[in-house]
Amino acid sequence: MRTTSVLLVGVGGQGTILAGDVLAKVAAAAGLDVKLSEVHGMSQRGGSVDTMVRFGERVFSPVVSSGEVDHLVAFEITEAARWLAYLRPGGRLLVDPRMIAPLPVLTGALPAPAGLEAALEAEGALFVDAGKIACRAGSPRSANVVLLGALSVGLPFSASVWREVIAARVPPKTVDANLAAFELGRRAAGEGGAA
Amino acid sequence: MVDRTLLSGNEAVARGAWEAGVRVGVGYPGTPSTEVLEALVQLPGVRAEWAPNEKVALEVAAGASLGGARSLVTMKHVGLNVAADPLFTLAYTGVTGGLVLLVADDPGMHSSQNEQDTRNYAAFARVPLLEPADSQEALEFTRLAFEISERFDVPVIVRSTIRIAHSKGLVSFGPREERTIASFESQPGKYVMLPGNAKKRRVDLDPRFAALTEFAESLDLNRMEMSDPALGVIAAGVTYQYVREALPEASVLKLSMLNPLPARLVQDFASRVGRVAVVEEIDPYLTSRVRQLGIAVEEPPLQRMGEYTPRMVAEAFGARPPAAREPLEGLPPRPPMLCPGCPHRGVFRALREMGAVVTGDIGCYTLGALPPLSAMDSCLCMGASIGMAHGLELAGGAGERPVVAVIGDSTFAHSGLTGLMNAVYNGSSATTIVLDNRITAMTGHQENPFTGRTLMGEPAPEMDVEAVCRGLGVEHVLVVDPANLKRTERALREAVEHEGPSVVVARRPCALLEKSDKRPLAVDEDRCTSCGACIALGCPALSVSASGKAVIDAETCVGCALCAGVCAERAIRAGVEACEAGESA
Ligand SMILES: Cc1ncc(C[n+]2csc(CCOP(=O)(O)OP(=O)(O)O)c2C)c(N)n1
Ligand code: SF4
Repeated sequence: MRTTSVLLVGVGGQGTILAGDVLAKVAAAAGLDVKLSEVHGMSQRGGSVDTMVRFGERVFSPVVSSGEVDHLVAFEITEAARWLAYLRPGGRLLVDPRMIAPLPVLTGALPAPAGLEAALEAEGALFVDAGKIACRAGSPRSANVVLLGALSVGLPFSASVWREVIAARVPPKTVDANLAAFELGRRAAGEGGAA
Repeated sequence: MVDRTLLSGNEAVARGAWEAGVRVGVGYPGTPSTEVLEALVQLPGVRAEWAPNEKVALEVAAGASLGGARSLVTMKHVGLNVAADPLFTLAYTGVTGGLVLLVADDPGMHSSQNEQDTRNYAAFARVPLLEPADSQEALEFTRLAFEISERFDVPVIVRSTIRIAHSKGLVSFGPREERTIASFESQPGKYVMLPGNAKKRRVDLDPRFAALTEFAESLDLNRMEMSDPALGVIAAGVTYQYVREALPEASVLKLSMLNPLPARLVQDFASRVGRVAVVEEIDPYLTSRVRQLGIAVEEPPLQRMGEYTPRMVAEAFGARPPAAREPLEGLPPRPPMLCPGCPHRGVFRALREMGAVVTGDIGCYTLGALPPLSAMDSCLCMGASIGMAHGLELAGGAGERPVVAVIGDSTFAHSGLTGLMNAVYNGSSATTIVLDNRITAMTGHQENPFTGRTLMGEPAPEMDVEAVCRGLGVEHVLVVDPANLKRTERALREAVEHEGPSVVVARRPCALLEKSDKRPLAVDEDRCTSCGACIALGCPALSVSASGKAVIDAETCVGCALCAGVCAERAIRAGVEACEAGESA
């Protein structure tokens, strides 16, 4: 099996780290070798963040190179655009269309980027309104798990393993809300009903 | 399948130290090394401590080693500059209990003020260095490092880089080696480095290193992975992984012990391959060492700074770039910024209003240098702010503008005290602001001597910033709550006007320490005059709408109300929760 590379991108504080951790544990539970790379530190203070997860028979590099990502999951639309070149031709692109304006845009020093949705659509993006869906699942903070649900539809792991890992990884009080968020994410990505 | 756990390189180092029977873990936080001690403190039978700085940390470990305990010291690359003084002489004294330093480098400067290659220190200080290439090796090499330390009577560096420290991989565990500590034995000839003793220990260092070199030659962790003999690549750490992925055909010499270098093994490898190349990030450390052996080494066209990727390595060896998507142009950058509700924001607003020249320091507050606050003029290394403010004054100051040093509580403990002592001693009139947010925030919220708690979670005597400053001879010391902008400004003006050194302690906990129960605010559009005063605070919750009015994002706002305080029109008031807003929209 060739190595599969998933890149999760977003803004510091959006929960990319937890999402990456869940994915890596799901791959490990499936008996695969897995590596995850992320950078914490300064960028967590509202900067651009990325988590790379790679799994397969034997994974060497924890880092995926530009142009070689199989699944790009963007928790925010500007970050989807920023990391787009990382996605290989034919790769899968999942995007939460919400925009979190970076500081120069907030202060009016730079204009908000326009036309991103159309540009990403042309690149084959599937838009998943994860923030809104999470609010509906009763927990605005589980947008990251909604996106995992959407991602899971394109990966070769059973939904029950995903659910087990999520239940073990999120705070106990939020398990139900997160599992609901996961299901809604699967549906948003075209998965019929709860399996 | 063997039972394996997903661990970061940092967590694996902690586990390896624990398996080696480590008793004492000491360090100072610094990305990307911080999580090692945070993982070690979770394990039983270990005393783990944050020291105020890396030098003290290494000295504590040296004492623990003197007492026979195995001890681990952790720091980021620049931390070793601070701890270099004890390190160089520790190489002479050697150890009793094994002593291992985990030093984590940050190629690419994700979270650092410079890019340094710790491998140079190993050669410079004459200490052995191991470099793991994944989490499993991080565990095993740390365990081995303790053995090497005791067997060869030397401190040992385990060097990692951010892509090892912060990458996770599957790791199998071993048991903890239970060790008893022999009773203390006085050995002044070994441990009192008077010149007479030091000269003997220096002479003695060479045979220890010769034995270590033989050990490195026979260490199977340094290994040849032979494939096509046309090209032989030497690599270590994460770049070994890049090479294996990018050049599947090449023969590889995987080095794990980088000091001392197994010269015979390198020569043997070179004789088996057509061309020899080295792939390494930051400095040409291995390249020059291998060249010194008389081997012709190819230098692939890779930059001597920043990080590599497998693709960069492949292309450096002639691979063609893959078909790629066009990147989208014209995106705004996304720099990090102070959190909503951050207590530092009010201080920088006050400094900007005063037109102060600000010598800064390192921490979250360094972000006050970025627009729109733009209120910092220098940031060099931890603790530099106070010395630089005094120096600037010696150079004649900055005209009419007051000179103010800003320093965080953890940084003040790390290396600000000596700077302040100097300012008092040499009659400086500089003003220092201690930004006391009750925590070491930048690196992920660690305790420090001013927070009243230890890494183990015990209560500790809480050092009193005001008393410390007065004790150092500062007469003018004021404490303010930076949420109160008017008071903060007044205190700063008073301090600046004071003849002689002065300190303002801006005290308010980091906004992330407690979840805010305040409701988000909202802007009354009818009152907003688009003056931009609130926007100039650089708060992530505030932005300019299409109509030019300020808007507050209810999901981001924590209700700190700093913006309400700068709004002359009183246009900022209570709002509604984010999800409620989302539902009604
Ligand atoms: C010698 C050295 N050690 C460690 C670090 C990593 N580091 C950067 S800032 C910082 C601490 C900041 O804490 P504090 O001064 O309290 O400011 P805060 O982030 O809480 O605002 C640390 C540990 C460093 N840059 N240099
Ligand atoms: S973590 Fe704390 S100190 Fe750092 S920017 Fe956020 S609120 Fe400010």
